[in-house]
Amino acid sequence: MNKWEDNRAWFLVIPVFIIVAFSAILPLMTVVNYSVQDIFGPGDRMFVGVEWFKEVLGDSRLHEALLKQFLFSGLVLLIEIPLGIGIALLMPKKGWGSSLSLVLMALPLLIPWNVIGTIWIVFTRPDIGLLGSFINGMGIPFDHTASPIQAWITLILMEVWHWTPLVVLLAYAGLRAIPEAYFQAAKIDGASAWAVFKYIQLPKMRGVLTIAILLRFMDSFLIYAEPFVLTGGGPGNSTTFLSIYLVKIAVGQFDLGPAAAFSLIYFLIVLLLSWLFYQVLQNAGKGGA
Amino acid sequence: MGLSLKNMQKKVDGEEHLIDINLDFESGSRNVILGRTLSGKTSLLRLMAGLDKPTKGQLMLDGKDITGMSVRKRSVAMVYQQFINYPSFTVYDNIASPLKVSKMDKKEIERRVQEAAQMLHLESMLNRLPSELSGGQQQRTAIARAIVRDADLLLLDEPLVNLDYKLREELQIELQEIFKKRKSIVVYTTTEPAEALMLGGNIVVMDQGKVIQTGSTPEVYHHPATTKVAEVFSDPPINYISCHVKGDQVLLGGGVNFPLNYHLKSLTDDHYKLGVRSNHFYLKKRGENDVRLAVKVELAEINGSETFIHADFSGERIVIQEVGIYSKKIGSEIEVYVNPSRFFVYSDTGKLVIAPS
Amino acid sequence: MAQINLNKIAHSYIKNPKSDSDYALKLIDNIWDDGGAYALLGPSGCGKTTLLNIISGLLVPSKGRILFDGKDVTELPPEKRNIAQVFQFPVLYDTMSVFDNLAFPLRNRGFDEDSVKKRVLEIAEVLDLTPFLDKKAAGLAADAKQKISLGRGLVRSDVAAILFDEPLTVIDPNLKWQLRCKLKEIHEQLKLTLIYVTHDQVEALTFADKVVVMYGGEIVQIGTPQELFENPSHKFVGYFIGSPGMNFLPCKVDGNMAVIQDINGVMMKNNAIAQNVGIPLNDYLSKLASKASGHLELGIRPLYLRVHANEVNGSLKAKVKSLQDHGNFKILTAILAGHTLRARLDEEDKAIIGAEDVWLEFPIDWIRLFSKERLLK
Repeated sequence: MNKWEDNRAWFLVIPVFIIVAFSAILPLMTVVNYSVQDIFGPGDRMFVGVEWFKEVLGDSRLHEALLKQFLFSGLVLLIEIPLGIGIALLMPKKGWGSSLSLVLMALPLLIPWNVIGTIWIVFTRPDIGLLGSFINGMGIPFDHTASPIQAWITLILMEVWHWTPLVVLLAYAGLRAIPEAYFQAAKIDGASAWAVFKYIQLPKMRGVLTIAILLRFMDSFLIYAEPFVLTGGGPGNSTTFLSIYLVKIAVGQFDLGPAAAFSLIYFLIVLLLSWLFYQVLQNAGKGGA
Repeated sequence: MGLSLKNMQKKVDGEEHLIDINLDFESGSRNVILGRTLSGKTSLLRLMAGLDKPTKGQLMLDGKDITGMSVRKRSVAMVYQQFINYPSFTVYDNIASPLKVSKMDKKEIERRVQEAAQMLHLESMLNRLPSELSGGQQQRTAIARAIVRDADLLLLDEPLVNLDYKLREELQIELQEIFKKRKSIVVYTTTEPAEALMLGGNIVVMDQGKVIQTGSTPEVYHHPATTKVAEVFSDPPINYISCHVKGDQVLLGGGVNFPLNYHLKSLTDDHYKLGVRSNHFYLKKRGENDVRLAVKVELAEINGSETFIHADFSGERIVIQEVGIYSKKIGSEIEVYVNPSRFFVYSDTGKLVIAPS
Repeated sequence: MAQINLNKIAHSYIKNPKSDSDYALKLIDNIWDDGGAYALLGPSGCGKTTLLNIISGLLVPSKGRILFDGKDVTELPPEKRNIAQVFQFPVLYDTMSVFDNLAFPLRNRGFDEDSVKKRVLEIAEVLDLTPFLDKKAAGLAADAKQKISLGRGLVRSDVAAILFDEPLTVIDPNLKWQLRCKLKEIHEQLKLTLIYVTHDQVEALTFADKVVVMYGGEIVQIGTPQELFENPSHKFVGYFIGSPGMNFLPCKVDGNMAVIQDINGVMMKNNAIAQNVGIPLNDYLSKLASKASGHLELGIRPLYLRVHANEVNGSLKAKVKSLQDHGNFKILTAILAGHTLRARLDEEDKAIIGAEDVWLEFPIDWIRLFSKERLLK
């Protein structure tokens, strides 16, 4: 037996192992390391066990941030998924209209995150921003730097504008993959448009929608850049989500221990929720497939 | 010279795909592996090619153990059921690809590709891409690529199964001509008895991962050792009628009986299964000793030149194959005839007792 | 149920078709009987799918009208035509149970739940689907799924025709005949107009009362399986139906003799090597030949070509190329005047084994003459 040759495949996988080790596993280990120590300076540290975890879990501002995070992700999903499916359904299936709408849809996805924040700052400024001055011009006082509600609305608006196209593209791909025969059969069976949606399009889109929901959930749950640029977590603490709060602890207050513990908890929450979503969506599908 | 498989076994996730395979293939021999889908034909071919490793056993080439040798170092070519070509290569480059790897002289490559292309009637399509070809032409390209290299071992895994029947007819004939000129060991798998017989040579009959009979193809066809072999090696599957021999009489269901004659004379009193190939049933009486069976028609199938009548004979399902076109009403009662000299006799345990001479 | 009238239909996928070759479907003018089982048979690209789409209403033909029971439906979409269709692969509502799948067309049409239930149970019984009614459709085997697709067509009592588009493609070979059996049974029970598209001759010939053979956008013959086999009206039918296909020999008719041309077009009668390559004809055939124009070809089925080891009266000597054993029968390939001929021999026929030459006899009753690819009659 020529064992060496067969095992050669493993050598090809090694680079990936190294990259993953440096990019994910080692940093994570470091974080775990920090989370159980009190660090006073270089070479000056003390093992504290689960002390930081206790502190962080008892932190009422963290509870508040977590709650806001859930609310935000929930709202985003509730708007983006139906809206994305709706737009995908309305898009032309072939011809130049289909190409054009795809390009238009992809545009927001191509803009860098910090530019997005800046665009929206300018766009919604009450004095010179197109949207801001327009709303104010209608007699509705608008200033997202002053009103928490308006800050939230602006953020969600921005998030929806930015990421709904991703849902649209996924849903559109899912719709296009349905063989024409299904629609013919439904026509012959006399099905209404709603029935076609409910019994053909929705079940057939299950796979891509699972991906869309997972991606959108994780992404919105980890949101940092947009509120950081647009509102800086304010006004007050109204848009201080988990990630912003985390950075405040770690960088602002340089509390590395609690920040590390916080990071791990944050990581576990995202992991757990993603897994839950996945299971629910898979099982919902099993009834049908 | 030759390839031997010794006690080969393949297990996948605890499931036995191949069980204790011992086979010898001689150089220049044509071999058919016949078996139904999932009988282990493809698994066996993959082991022979070196694409899979056996769980147990050895593969010997000219007495040398080559079990662990990598596929690339072996002299083997394979044709698959699906039409597998390089989509971005022209037909010419597809056929030339195995030669280019071996750094052969350009002129020699050209000569060999032309030769292979000519054999498979692809001369006029050498500059086309696979996507511009019909299914039949795509498979011709794949076959040309397999034969261009003169590999010691040429494996074909049901190469014609995905072609429509007119193309299949053409290629079956052409392939025989091509195989005749090869010095390599040709191993060809199929589910179809007719295809196996056309290719001739030696046969390996497989069922559920086991080799159930080997021998020269016509010999096995005329002496299937068990009821299973007879089923696999008949299309439509051979028909079985239970019978009871008592004294000098054979008793069938539905009150039919006939005297022991022909090769049946040596039978002793017992229960047997009589095997009859579908084409030995006739709708008309042809000889004095013909046995008449009253049957009920379930369906008449016509394939263009023959009619297959699926029918029920006192609870046993039989298929009658007649040359010509006969429309029979479903549910109608008809009479069919069979000559006792055609009976394969099997014991209750399914072993061949006596075959027609 | 309905009679289908294809009134001078032609279709082109090109906007302004100019020549004949621009048409995917060339002039089709036919009436198909109410309650008939028709099969559209032909190789890919012959226009059978185009014709099916015109009948189902997915395509409006460039020319001509299509009438169901005398009513013009040319412009009507599929849902207004009262047709049902079974596709190549099973089309099911995955999330519904088998019962709901079958009930779907009825519920959409506002039938009350009692009559829906009654009808669904009835059809499920016919299709042997009763044990699966509560199961999700998606979990079933391909043949059961295809039966459900068929069932959705059958539950409606108002269907004019059921169209099948190669419905057995995804079915395991040994289950195919069971499904074909079921289809035949349903046809006999319910007397529906069935139209079945396939490239498989076995499927077409077993399924249909009338087989419509299509080739190059035209219907080349409509006939019973027997008619297609015995009297193919076009060379293509001779080739396509039967395995192997019909033998053809270019010839000239001289009195009551068909003189075979060798592969280079030379008359074999005057050829020193092979003398006497005339095939005797009867008066009827020679009369047909005398009226025909263009090149003549003689056709005979391999099944009817008689093979002898020694010369018999009226036989021609041919060189044996190969003799293939198919188990139930043998196929002889022989060369006559450069032309390849095939003959089907009985399993027991052992006389010519090992022979280099054979004598071929052409039974007069089975000789067909073709001119310009068409059967002379």
